[in-house]
Amino acid sequence: MMSKDSTSTKKSKSIYAPTPKLAAEETHILAILVNNEPGVLARIVGFYSGRGYNIESLTVAETNHDEHLSRITIACKGTPAVIDQIKAQLKRLVPVLKVSDLTMEGRYIERELALLKIVCTGDQRADAQRDADAFCARTVDSTPNSFIFEATDTASRIDDFVAIMMPHGLVDVSRTGIAAISKGNRVIGE
Amino acid sequence: MEATQKQDKTTTKPKAETKEMSGAEMVIEALIEQGVDTIFGYPGGAVLPIYDALFQQDKIKHVLVRQEGGALHAAEGYARSTGKVGCALVTSGPGATNAVTGLADALLDSIPLVCITGQVPTFLIGTDAFQEADTIGITRPCTKHNFLVKDQNDLASAMHESFHIARSGRPGPVVIDIPKDIQFAQGKYVSKDEAIMHSHYKPETDPDMKAIEEAVELMANAKCPVFYTGGGIINAGEEASTLLRELVRETGFPITSTLMGLGCYPAKDKQWLGMLGMHGTFEANWAMHDCDVMICIGARFDDRVTGMTSKFSPDSKKIHVDIDASSINKNINIDIPIVADAKKTMEAMLNVWRAKKYKADQKALKSWWDRIEIWRAKNCLAYKMDDKIIKPQYALERLAHYMEQDKRECYVTTEVGQHQMWAAQFLPFNEPNRFMTSGGLGTMGYGLPAAIGVQMAHPDAFVVDVAGEASIQMNIQELATAIQYRLPVKVFILNNEWMGMVRQWQELLHGERYSETYSEALPDFVKLVEAYGGVGLRATCVDELDDVIEEMMNNDRLTVVDVMVAKTENCFPMIPSGKAHNEMILSPDASAFDKSLV
Ligand SMILES: Cc1cc2nc3c(=O)[nH]c(=O)nc-3n(C[C@H](O)[C@H](O)[C@H](O)COP(=O)(O)OP(=O)(O)OC[C@H]3O[C@@H](n4cnc5c(N)ncnc54)[C@H](O)[C@@H]3O)c2cc1C
Ligand SMILES: Cc1ncc(C[n+]2csc(CCOP(=O)(O)OP(=O)(O)O)c2C)c(N)n1
Repeated sequence: MMSKDSTSTKKSKSIYAPTPKLAAEETHILAILVNNEPGVLARIVGFYSGRGYNIESLTVAETNHDEHLSRITIACKGTPAVIDQIKAQLKRLVPVLKVSDLTMEGRYIERELALLKIVCTGDQRADAQRDADAFCARTVDSTPNSFIFEATDTASRIDDFVAIMMPHGLVDVSRTGIAAISKGNRVIGE
Repeated sequence: MEATQKQDKTTTKPKAETKEMSGAEMVIEALIEQGVDTIFGYPGGAVLPIYDALFQQDKIKHVLVRQEGGALHAAEGYARSTGKVGCALVTSGPGATNAVTGLADALLDSIPLVCITGQVPTFLIGTDAFQEADTIGITRPCTKHNFLVKDQNDLASAMHESFHIARSGRPGPVVIDIPKDIQFAQGKYVSKDEAIMHSHYKPETDPDMKAIEEAVELMANAKCPVFYTGGGIINAGEEASTLLRELVRETGFPITSTLMGLGCYPAKDKQWLGMLGMHGTFEANWAMHDCDVMICIGARFDDRVTGMTSKFSPDSKKIHVDIDASSINKNINIDIPIVADAKKTMEAMLNVWRAKKYKADQKALKSWWDRIEIWRAKNCLAYKMDDKIIKPQYALERLAHYMEQDKRECYVTTEVGQHQMWAAQFLPFNEPNRFMTSGGLGTMGYGLPAAIGVQMAHPDAFVVDVAGEASIQMNIQELATAIQYRLPVKVFILNNEWMGMVRQWQELLHGERYSETYSEALPDFVKLVEAYGGVGLRATCVDELDDVIEEMMNNDRLTVVDVMVAKTENCFPMIPSGKAHNEMILSPDASAFDKSLV
C-alpha cells in the first residue's frame, strides 16, 4: 500500500515508502519451448498476469509432433531487471524446457502475418491495390466491393501497412503475432 | 498385507511386472512407495474411493481434521519438522477451495506438500456438476505444479512425479486432481523408478566452482563481513545446518538469519546476532547495513528484511546462494550469484577456504566485532517489566526458561502477529526444523493445525503453538483433532484482546485510529478447551505465570493456556516500512515516535 501522491510535487507526509521509480522499459522477444500438455499456455499467461507483467504479442503452435513440444514466442516489455525476472520465472515452470531471449542473444528474424480486409469500390480499388503491392502483400480474396490482402513482415512493418491501408477502407485486421528465430546456426536455449 | 507381498516382489525382481489395480489403490500404493506414513484429510463424495482404499490398509495413518485448511497447515507442520513431504487429501469443490490458503502458504514458504484433491468424474467436468470447481485453474498460481489425471494409466506416474517435484529444487506444494471415475477405474500401476516424468525438470544443484572461488576469496578479504541466512538452509536438510556452523566458526564472521531460518545456527552462540529485518535486532540490522561483504545463503531478500531497497546495505559486495535463479537479483542486485543447493555450496566453500588456507583478517574482524558489541549493548529487546501485569515478552522468557530445562525435544509453532515476532525474539532456537511459522503469507490460523502435524510426527516431543487470541480463532476447530488423536499439543495464548500487530500499525502509522481491531466478544478460552475435552489454564498476573507454565509442561493432554498480557504493548525493535536498517526504532524511542507523520 504505497502512497500514490508521494510522486506529486506536494511533499507527502506519509510514513509509507514512495512508489519506487523504475528504469526505462524495453521490448524483448522470448522464444519458449514447452511440453504441449493441457494447461501449459494458461500456466505461462497466468504467470505474466499474476505478477503484473504485460504480453504484447504471443504466438504458439506445436513444432515437434513426435515429442509434443510447442514453441511459444512472446514479445514483452519491461525494465532489464523485469525481463531477467520473467526469464528466470519462466524457467521455473515445470513444462518449460528452454527459454531464449532473442533480443539479447544476437540477430534474429522476426515475422508476423496479417490479413487485412478492405471495403472499396470503383476508382478507390486501384489505389488500394497499388499500396498493397508496394508492401508486397498478396491479394488472397477479391470481390467487386472488397479485398483481403495477406502480408508477412516484421511487426512494425505490419503496423505501417495497416496505417497506409486505413484510408482505403480498412474494416478488419487479423494478425498472428510474432514468430521469431535466431540467425545463424544457434539453436533455442543454447 | 497385500502391499508387503508386492514390495517383496519388487525387491527380488527390480523390474516388476505391471500390476493392475484401481486408481484409488494406486494412490495408496504410490503413497506407501513414497514413504508416506501420515496423511491429513477430510472426506467427501469425490474422494470416497480413496477413503475406501485407505480403510483397507494399515500402512498410512489418516488424520481427520475439522476443516481442510487445517489439513494443509498440519501437513506443512509435519513437513517442516521432519524434512519430508507433507500430504493432504481433500474432496472436490469446497474441499479444494478450503485447501487454497494452505497451498499459497506452502508456496511462499517453500514447504514440500502433495495435496490430493477429488474431482467430479471426467464425463461431468465442465458441466457445473455438483461440487465441481476448476481446481487446476484455482490452484495453478498457488502451487509449484499441478496435475489433472484423466487416464488411470497415467495416475501412478503423476503421483510419483508430484512427490519428485514437491521435494526437489526449491520445494513447494503440488496438487494432483483425480476425477472420481479414474479412482474407480482399473489400470496399470508403475513404481517410482518406472514413472514417466517431465524429463527436463532437473533443478540445478551443483555450484559453479569458479563463482565459489571468487566468493571465498571475497570472504577472506572482507573487513566487515556478515552471514545472512534463511529458510533455504532448512530446505537443504539437516546437514546444511551442520556445515553452516562449521563455516561460521571457521571464518569467525557474525551471522544473522531471517524468521524462516531460525534454528539453523544456535541462538545461544556468541557469533549469533539474532534475527534481522523489520522486527529483528539492532545489531543484526546495523551489521547488515554497514557490512562490506554479505554472504546470503538460502534467503530471498524479502521486503520485511530489506526495508527500503535503495538504502539496503549500500556499501557491500553481495554473494547470494539460492537454488532458485529467480530469487537472485529479484529485489537486490547481487555481485556473485550462485544458483545451487545450499549444502553443496557450503561444502564447496569450506573446501576452498581450507585448501587455500584462508584466514580472516583478524585485526579488521576484531574491530568489526567491537562495533557489533556496541550495537549489541543497546540491548534492543529490553522491555519495561511490570510486577503485576504480565508483559508478553516476559511470558515468553518464562516459557523459554522451562523449555530449556525440559529434556524433551521442543517444537514451536506460531500464529501471526506480535506474538509471532516475540516468539522469534525470545524463544531459544538452537536446531533446525524446530520452529514452524507462516512467514511469507502470514496466515493467521496456521499455528494450531501446524502443531498437530508436528506432534503427529514427533509424538514424544513438547509441541507448543504460541498464539494470539485473534489468530487462534481462525482454526480453533482443530482442538477436536488434537483430542481425537490424543495429541498433547499446547496452545500458549498471549491474550491482549487486540489484533495487536494491526493495532500497533494503527497507533504508529494511522493516527491512533483503532479501526476494527479490538475483539469485543472473546470466548472464555479455558471453558472452550474444556468443552472440547482438553485442559484450560489461565494466568492473569505475574505471580500466577510460572505455576501455569509448569502445569502446562507437565500435562500430557491438550492444554490451552490463556495468558492475560499487557493490552497495548508494542513489538520493538521496528523498522517502519520504507525505512532503512539504520533507521530502526527501539522501544524507548517509541514514545518519541512522530505520530503526526501520518
Ligand atoms: C508479521 C510478520 C512479520 C515479519 N517480520 C519479519 C522480520 O522482521 N524478519 C524476517 O526475517 N522475516 C520476517 N517475516 C517473514 C518474512 O515475511 C519472510 O517470510 C521471510 O523473511 C523469508 O525468509 P527467507 O528469506 O529465509 O526465505 P524463505 O521464504 O524461507 O525462502 C527460502 C529461499 O531459499 C531458497 N532455497 C530453497 N531451498 C534451497 C536449497 N536447498 N539451497 C539453497 N537455497 C534454497 C529458496 O529458493 C528461497 O529463495 C515476517 C512475517 C510476518 C507474518
Ligand atoms: C488470515 C489473515 N487475516 C488477516 C491478517 C492480518 N493480520 C496480521 S496480524 C493480525 C492480528 C493478529 O492478532 P492476534 O492473533 O491477537 O495476535 P497479536 O498481534 O495480538 O499478538 C492481523 C489481523 C492475517 N495475517 N491473516
